[in-house]
Amino acid sequence: MSQIHVSTTINGDPVEYLCEPDETLLDVLRDRLGLTGSKEGCGSGDCGACSVTVDGRLVCSCLMLGAEADGKQVGTIEGLAEGENLHPLQRKFLEHAALQCGVCTPGFLVAAKSLLERNSDPTETEVRYWLAGNLCRCTGYDKIVRAVLDTAHDMKGA
Amino acid sequence: MRYEAPDTIDQAVQMLAEADGLTRVLAGGTDVIVQLRSGMVEPDLMVDIKRIEAMHAITAEGGGFRVGAAVSGAQLGEHEGVKALWPGVVEAVELIGSTQVQGRATMAGNLCNASPAADSVPALVVAEAVASIVGPEGRRDVPVDEITTGPGKTTLAKGEIVESILLPARPANSGDAYLRFIPRTEMDIAVVGAGISLTLNDDGTCAAARVALGAVAEVVLLVEPAADALIGSRLDEAALDALAAAASAACRPIDDKRGTIEFRTKVAGVLARRAAVIAQTRARG
Repeated sequence: MSQIHVSTTINGDPVEYLCEPDETLLDVLRDRLGLTGSKEGCGSGDCGACSVTVDGRLVCSCLMLGAEADGKQVGTIEGLAEGENLHPLQRKFLEHAALQCGVCTPGFLVAAKSLLERNSDPTETEVRYWLAGNLCRCTGYDKIVRAVLDTAHDMKGA
Repeated sequence: MRYEAPDTIDQAVQMLAEADGLTRVLAGGTDVIVQLRSGMVEPDLMVDIKRIEAMHAITAEGGGFRVGAAVSGAQLGEHEGVKALWPGVVEAVELIGSTQVQGRATMAGNLCNASPAADSVPALVVAEAVASIVGPEGRRDVPVDEITTGPGKTTLAKGEIVESILLPARPANSGDAYLRFIPRTEMDIAVVGAGISLTLNDDGTCAAARVALGAVAEVVLLVEPAADALIGSRLDEAALDALAAAASAACRPIDDKRGTIEFRTKVAGVLARRAAVIAQTRARG
């Protein structure tokens, strides 16, 4: 099986890699590029722990082949903070204690950022529906939803 | 497995037609990559159609819209024209999976995956949508209700690809709706789905109707007796009762973990009735 050469952009940086034809983007990110922030929960698109953006669209990186990323703009959790400066969502997740074990957190953050880019003032219902594809087995979701709403509130006031 | 991402549909057709062994077309991949990773299918060739520019287009055509096979649910849901003309189709597509799945999943993929519980298919069947198929023998246009023949089975021949789906023009005073039952509010597979499209006369009586049910047989069912129960009526209680009875009578579901035969049969009538009222409200504008 011959490997495929892929040229892509990840968090704004040009990246090249070789991957197997049946290798998922998630496996490429984690195992070839060392970007281990994206997690594999289910591997079938149900849990959202592997959420990334591709050309601005929120997707599960486990449901996409690494080969498909050629020429695309990929955004991962590693692109949220700017150096030591956490993204407002990251600060609010800490403030609201919106995580326990933390495995789902990167996916929630990437998904929530994608929501706020489209809808800067979401209702609680809109937040809950947008994040329905992100599963958390620790928090019961309330703290996560409050953190996202509080981020939107602060960003609007800024 | 070999992965190819050609720039033209002719190249894609040629690759699929000439390939030995099992082939798969990759659009959104939300079914096929799950099947690949779980070992359910082991394709020798996967042809990604997303490098073909025309596959991403939604274009106005003859008063309706042609939706390319690589158009994602998210892209379709952002299209004001399609939402205004065929709201039932858009709401059915948007019920498929999460926000993440919507970023990739396509209507054509939902059709070709050939699940009896596919949410978009009852809505497409009542819309009289037509799949435009390109293959080694050329192009053919096929009504969507002639595409699937059973779970995972389609009438597509070797080398054939659905290039687009045409949502046709519709008369004034028309409306459509799709409802499904799942035991939670999001992120599940239909236990029963019901799509209705109807057109009203100026006096408010029903001039034309189509009713389709999902997840109650090996394929999506177009139920003509259910439509006949509406035509000529004002969707009064008697007509809606007759619609529900005809819908339930058409069901031949299986018992499985999602629902029993008895439950699915009953719920099909309930959903058909509720969808008809929504379609009527939309038809009145």
